[in-house]
Amino acid sequence: MRAHSQAFPQRAQVALLDERLQAALAKARGGFVDKRRAALDQLPEFEQLRVAAREIKEHTLSHLEQYLLQFEQQVELSGGKVHWAADPAEACEIAVGLCRDADAQAVTKGKTMVGEEIGLNEALEAASLRVIETDLGEYIIQLAEEPPSHIIAPAVHKSRGEIAELFQAHHHGEEFTRPLETVPDIVDEARKVLRDEFLGADVGITGANMLIADTGSTALVTNEGNGDLTASLPRVHIVIASIEKVVPTLEDATVLLRLLARSATGQSITSYTSFFTGPKRSEDIGGPEQFHVVLVDNGRSEMLGNAFREMLRCIRCGACLNHCPVYGAVGGHAYGWVYPGPMGSVLTPLMIGLDEGHVLADASSLCGRCEAVCPMSIPLPSLLREHRLQSHRDGLMKPLARSMLGFWAAIARRPRLYRWLVERKSRLLHRIAGKRGYLRHVPMAGGWTCSRDLPAPQGGSFVAEWQRRQGNKDDNA
Amino acid sequence: MRVALFATCLVDFMRPSVGFAAVQLLQQAGCEVDVPLAQTCCGQPAWNNGDAANARKLARQMIDVFEDYDHVIVPSGSCAGMLRHHYPTVLAEDSDYSERANQLAARCHELTGFLVDVLGVTSTGAVFDGRLTWHDSCSCLREMQVSRQPRQLLQALQGCELIELPDNEVCCGFGGTFCVKFPEISTRMVTDKVDAIVTTGASTVAAADLGCLMNIAGRISRRELPIRVFHVAELLAGMTDTPAIGEKS
Repeated sequence: MRAHSQAFPQRAQVALLDERLQAALAKARGGFVDKRRAALDQLPEFEQLRVAAREIKEHTLSHLEQYLLQFEQQVELSGGKVHWAADPAEACEIAVGLCRDADAQAVTKGKTMVGEEIGLNEALEAASLRVIETDLGEYIIQLAEEPPSHIIAPAVHKSRGEIAELFQAHHHGEEFTRPLETVPDIVDEARKVLRDEFLGADVGITGANMLIADTGSTALVTNEGNGDLTASLPRVHIVIASIEKVVPTLEDATVLLRLLARSATGQSITSYTSFFTGPKRSEDIGGPEQFHVVLVDNGRSEMLGNAFREMLRCIRCGACLNHCPVYGAVGGHAYGWVYPGPMGSVLTPLMIGLDEGHVLADASSLCGRCEAVCPMSIPLPSLLREHRLQSHRDGLMKPLARSMLGFWAAIARRPRLYRWLVERKSRLLHRIAGKRGYLRHVPMAGGWTCSRDLPAPQGGSFVAEWQRRQGNKDDNA
Repeated sequence: MRVALFATCLVDFMRPSVGFAAVQLLQQAGCEVDVPLAQTCCGQPAWNNGDAANARKLARQMIDVFEDYDHVIVPSGSCAGMLRHHYPTVLAEDSDYSERANQLAARCHELTGFLVDVLGVTSTGAVFDGRLTWHDSCSCLREMQVSRQPRQLLQALQGCELIELPDNEVCCGFGGTFCVKFPEISTRMVTDKVDAIVTTGASTVAAADLGCLMNIAGRISRRELPIRVFHVAELLAGMTDTPAIGEKS
């Protein structure tokens, strides 16, 4: 997927003026936040789980190679195959190759953000495969030809009315004539359309929420059950997963699962939590004949050794998006690539390059609410600042902003000059504002005064005035 | 106890009354207060914009000025957070200053947190007659763990009715240079914040950070709403007979 992250400021402005989007965002925001809070109120051990989860991930990351090799060994013992992909191109090539080997024509897909990251749909379609998204949200945006705007709710930006319009435009035939007035109407219609697709697909591709090293299983959580149908009905099941998804044991997986759904949707557990281990065995009634896992690196082993290592703990729950005031104001598409919100603003510059993505790291007030809600205790604001430090070193900051900051620092490093300027400037602004108490227009401060008055200084430097009063006191003593 | 007040550049430049209120509160609680003349800015704008070199220079300058006091008191959660939580990182690789940064960090406090937690103040004895709402700045709430302390002191004001602000965990959209780099997003955030303040029916809003307060006051002023904006130190010291932030005199 082509990145448009550099255009974040312009895309954000468009998003802020889009009334349908704003209505959808307002609705989603309240829902996610309230439901998470209610779920955590029922979980007094949340903080302990958080500590345990962090330890599990840190331990795994410290022994990542060992656990990945163990995972591979176990997958192969259960009759499956692991494929290693260093970058998106290699991952797509492997997936397309597996589809060709299976003489596939139709591919059903479960939701996979790594699939978005590597541009899997484009690659499959370029190989003349018919790709059908089966997650309802993904299906909706596939019809709309849009990327996901949220990592767990890809069509959260769409209203019910917009979805009904899309379905009417794309679904033809007598059985699809009934008006789509309620959510169940929409779900029913999608179910009818997708049922035949599930049965007709040659290959099913899903993501994975976790990879279990000691059993060789991949874990998948969904609320629609579409993941299970995608995984078990076609002849071939391909799992696309990034390498940091591995955990040592099923026991470890359960700790993360207890945090995941609560943080994401406020559920204590998702409707479906499935573990896939190898292809169909002789005694099984159903299941795929082949089971493949494509492990995607795409810069993650490099992150393991740099300042962004902690980002590898992310379990993609979306809580940071749901609680971010910037995401809540502009939605996911403004971010211009696959991952939006705070986690996206950390990951995107790492994956598309800092020169293309650094503006995302800037687009945060560093309010820290993301870190406060993150079930994996990822210090997202510090990681955003890390990008800013790197951008400054690389000279990516706008020259005017850079010189203004440097100018400010140069003055702040000279206390006498600083004090003199504070005295003069504060008195000047105070005089200009007069009795009104605020300024409505200030040269070079349009970013502030476009929507806010500038409160006027009271006049004079506090520190200088305090020293003067002390001096007077001493003189009087 | 000999404490230094780090007034912060915003208070120094915009609103000396906050500094005088803070000195009064500290003296009233029994502290010997000094306001070192060589103080300027803590370097947070540099640090948050990725300018590590200038952040280091300003942090070293601050340590030189403030390290000899028992405590450093800051009428701002955000600048206190810079000293407490970021200086150790800023100067981690500076062999002369890293330990001194840790030492200073441990003795740096936000004003209301210091009054309540360290000095054990339960009431400042001031009067405030009216409906008041409290804005938790992000840095007070999350970085400094200061939310209970100012509420406790404000509730002790004679005549004060403290009303909780809905969505009090949400940023007001100031964010230092964020508000001018992304003015439309910031405007949206401060508009939501002011709307929330209006729903409380409070006639006054207070916070512990002048950055948030100027942002909120600026938006209130532009919308010409009859809500007064004060720094918490001014309320606690009973200094509300001066014009509020952005208010005509």
